Amino acid sequence: MEQIYDVVIIGAGAVGCTIARELSRYCLSILVLEKECDVAYGTSGRMSGVVHAGFNNKPGTLMAKFCVKGNRQFESICRELDIPYKKTGKVLVAFDDDDMKALEGIKARGEENGCEGLRIIDAEEIRRIAPGVGGIGGMLSPNTAIFDPFTYCIAHAENAVDNGAEFVFDSEVTAIEKKSNIFCVNTSKGAFYARYLVNSAGLYSDKISAMLGITKYKIFPCRGEYFILDKIADKLLDIPAYPVPKPGIGGLGVHLTPTIDGNLIIGPSAEYLEDREDYAATPEIMDKLFAEAKALLPAIERTHIIGNYCGIRPKQAPPEEGGFRDFVIREEEECPGLINLIGIESPGFTAAGPIAGMVRDLLGRHLKLEKKNHFNPIRKGKARFRELPQEEQEKLIAADPEYGEIICRCQTVTKREIRDAIENMLGARSLSSIKYRAWCMTGRCNGGYCMSRIVDMLVHDYHIPAEEITLRGHGSEMFSGEVK
Amino acid sequence: MAAAYAAKKSGAETVILLERDRHAGGILNQCIHDGFGLIRYQEALSGPEYADRAVAEAENMGVEVLTSRHVVKMSADRKVTAYCSEGIEEYAAKTIILATGCRERTRGNISIPGSRPAGVFTAGVAQNLMNLHNVMIGRRIVILGSGDIGLIMARRLTLEGAKVLAIAEIMPEPTGLARNVSQCVYEFGIPLYVRTTVSKIIGKRKLEAVELSDLDDSGNVVPGSERRVECDALVLSVGLIPENEVAQTANIRLLSNNAVDTDQYLQTSIRGVFSCGNCRRVMDLADYVSEQGEMAGRNAVRFIKGDPMEIWDEEKSNCMKKGFPESDTITCTVCPNGCQIKWDEDSQSYMGNGCRRGTVFAEQERTDPKRNVTTTVVVKGERQSLRPVRTKTPVSRDEVLQVAEKLRGISILPSSKIGETVFTYQSKAGEDISVITTAGK
Repeated sequence: MEQIYDVVIIGAGAVGCTIARELSRYCLSILVLEKECDVAYGTSGRMSGVVHAGFNNKPGTLMAKFCVKGNRQFESICRELDIPYKKTGKVLVAFDDDDMKALEGIKARGEENGCEGLRIIDAEEIRRIAPGVGGIGGMLSPNTAIFDPFTYCIAHAENAVDNGAEFVFDSEVTAIEKKSNIFCVNTSKGAFYARYLVNSAGLYSDKISAMLGITKYKIFPCRGEYFILDKIADKLLDIPAYPVPKPGIGGLGVHLTPTIDGNLIIGPSAEYLEDREDYAATPEIMDKLFAEAKALLPAIERTHIIGNYCGIRPKQAPPEEGGFRDFVIREEEECPGLINLIGIESPGFTAAGPIAGMVRDLLGRHLKLEKKNHFNPIRKGKARFRELPQEEQEKLIAADPEYGEIICRCQTVTKREIRDAIENMLGARSLSSIKYRAWCMTGRCNGGYCMSRIVDMLVHDYHIPAEEITLRGHGSEMFSGEVK
Repeated sequence: MAAAYAAKKSGAETVILLERDRHAGGILNQCIHDGFGLIRYQEALSGPEYADRAVAEAENMGVEVLTSRHVVKMSADRKVTAYCSEGIEEYAAKTIILATGCRERTRGNISIPGSRPAGVFTAGVAQNLMNLHNVMIGRRIVILGSGDIGLIMARRLTLEGAKVLAIAEIMPEPTGLARNVSQCVYEFGIPLYVRTTVSKIIGKRKLEAVELSDLDDSGNVVPGSERRVECDALVLSVGLIPENEVAQTANIRLLSNNAVDTDQYLQTSIRGVFSCGNCRRVMDLADYVSEQGEMAGRNAVRFIKGDPMEIWDEEKSNCMKKGFPESDTITCTVCPNGCQIKWDEDSQSYMGNGCRRGTVFAEQERTDPKRNVTTTVVVKGERQSLRPVRTKTPVSRDEVLQVAEKLRGISILPSSKIGETVFTYQSKAGEDISVITTAGK
């Protein structure tokens, strides 16, 4: 008989990785199945990178409760796991009296949810906090923060692995059977067995649930497009700036967010669609995004744009309803042992810690949760050369000359850092996986300088044939082979 | 390199040339096609050969060429910080010349709608991968933009057996030189569509197709003109941006197109700091870049000595024929001017040529047009390693593809030197055509 895991988690997004790490505190055998070649390849790697404060959510919901709680825990988790994090605060910008009135309601709702420090501010204070941003007034949320979503997922996964959890990538779940209290999960990489099953499959959570006969859920994919601006534009704004949300839209409105690495992003739009993986950008929305962002921050220019991306929200609210429905996190009565997580959209990332805690408690009703003696809560990331003072950099170069070879010129990423990224703990080797770890290929030249050098390393140092190098895993082969 | 050479020649005591790559020469090393040096050396050299000469000139003059040194910042008091595997180096100088070149505009810069699959490359990256790393980007290619690198890559890809299905250009005329339109596109039967764009990129993980659309006079997509072209690589040749990140660390004044704002002496907003070549203004020809570099080098020394500086003539580098070659004419390729030469029945002579060489060229073109072939050969025992080669004398135009095909089967020793004959092609006319390496140990 094959190994039977205590818990199999489906989906290695933010929530799946956080659950894996949380459960790795206990004497349990844990396996995470992921259909892509790495963590954070779905919704989790395609968002704004904001830790929300919790004033946008309906009081009494899990969304509100977990967002506020998650916000409070976030900084210490980032410290434990070496995840870039910065408490920037956030401004909601009002453009007319209706907006100002709405802000009073948002503030009251936030306070009811337990958000601290929310403050209505006038135009002058907006100008002081976010010079260049328009508007007649606004609200300041001091506890909103920005972070690096890729490192978040990578760090949780690595720490989980360090504490005994296993990850199997490129394993798309095709069917699940339950026989004598054991789940048999069939995947593109064979069958895996589990006593308990956690469905954190995000956009596919309804389909996974349906594989076990629970068909009451339906996910409505809702796409959000983003633009990435050059670091030059980051000088214009160092705090997330959002419009006052209009009722009924399925998102928070097009906003401007500085990233932890010093770029500015614009987005997201909100557009319902059929396809769960149609990450295409459309000309109409691109124009609209830019116009709305320019209304917030008139100094931005189209020439600042260096790239774009799209994410898709796994919404439970159908298009005709709009807005948000609360997270579903439950063990299904019809299928004991199955814990479903459905509709984990924004603020799911912020709430991931409390969500993992709830999943642990649900499992604790059946499983004996015995703490490991040697759980290691600390994960140390690799050195980020560009962020170090010159003396530290000199020490690193003296220890390894590859720190002195700059491969990515836009972001100042050294050869050693790229080697660290290639040799990552999770074994992900696609160019995007290298990018998310070393942050090369993310700058204004879009990898024009470093990509061929990284390919050269993969071919020469790691003996990966050119035709096997992928952008984002199987099916995304970059090249047709050798020239001759 | 030209600036360093000229500075040293003009009497500078110490000239240090800092280069981030392992070899000096910059982008020339991947430009294996010929046409470099037509003005400077009156020869049609390949990029690596041109670079090799420039390095030799600089080194022979006494310039210290320091490679694998990545300059990350400079200061207004003329100090430069470079990273290398030995550590972090600081250089203090009396004068600094910036020759940092340019980078390509990317898909991100021009916001092409659609998905973001594998298989979208800028032309320079495609060139780098193919010519230096032996990596083939695809087999069925669409090119957006008709700048010179795009046109040259159309030929390069064709010579390596790929099918270039279309070149789309948004403007009413190609933006590259007429000689490249003629030699790299027309002569290989590659379709070039003007007032056309890639309106959508299709394919979730791997590029499957692009959507081409016609553009109206104001540059908007004409509804209903969309057509799908199945392809596995899209090559973008959509412009170059002066690269001035180092200049920015010292707050040197830039223009809105990211180019350095210099005075007529090529001096930047910081006295004693000069800028030349593509980081100052993107130029069409390496020969002019070198010429401007030399002036910047001389002016830098004049600055130190307090002598009056030379004035750069802006018009000079802009005389070349761009766009469509005129119909029923021969585009002369003896020099980059691209004279449009016509046979005039009345006078029984050639018209439109700027010099006598044009007559000789046109006569040859009418009777038996000839071309140089530039490609690469494999280096024995070195995986993924290529060496650029070219025909020493031109072959008949009809035999270009045959020569390229023959060379696909050739491999050379790692020790082979630049200029060595690696193959002799027997032409249909019975001539022996030598194929020589254009880079080497």
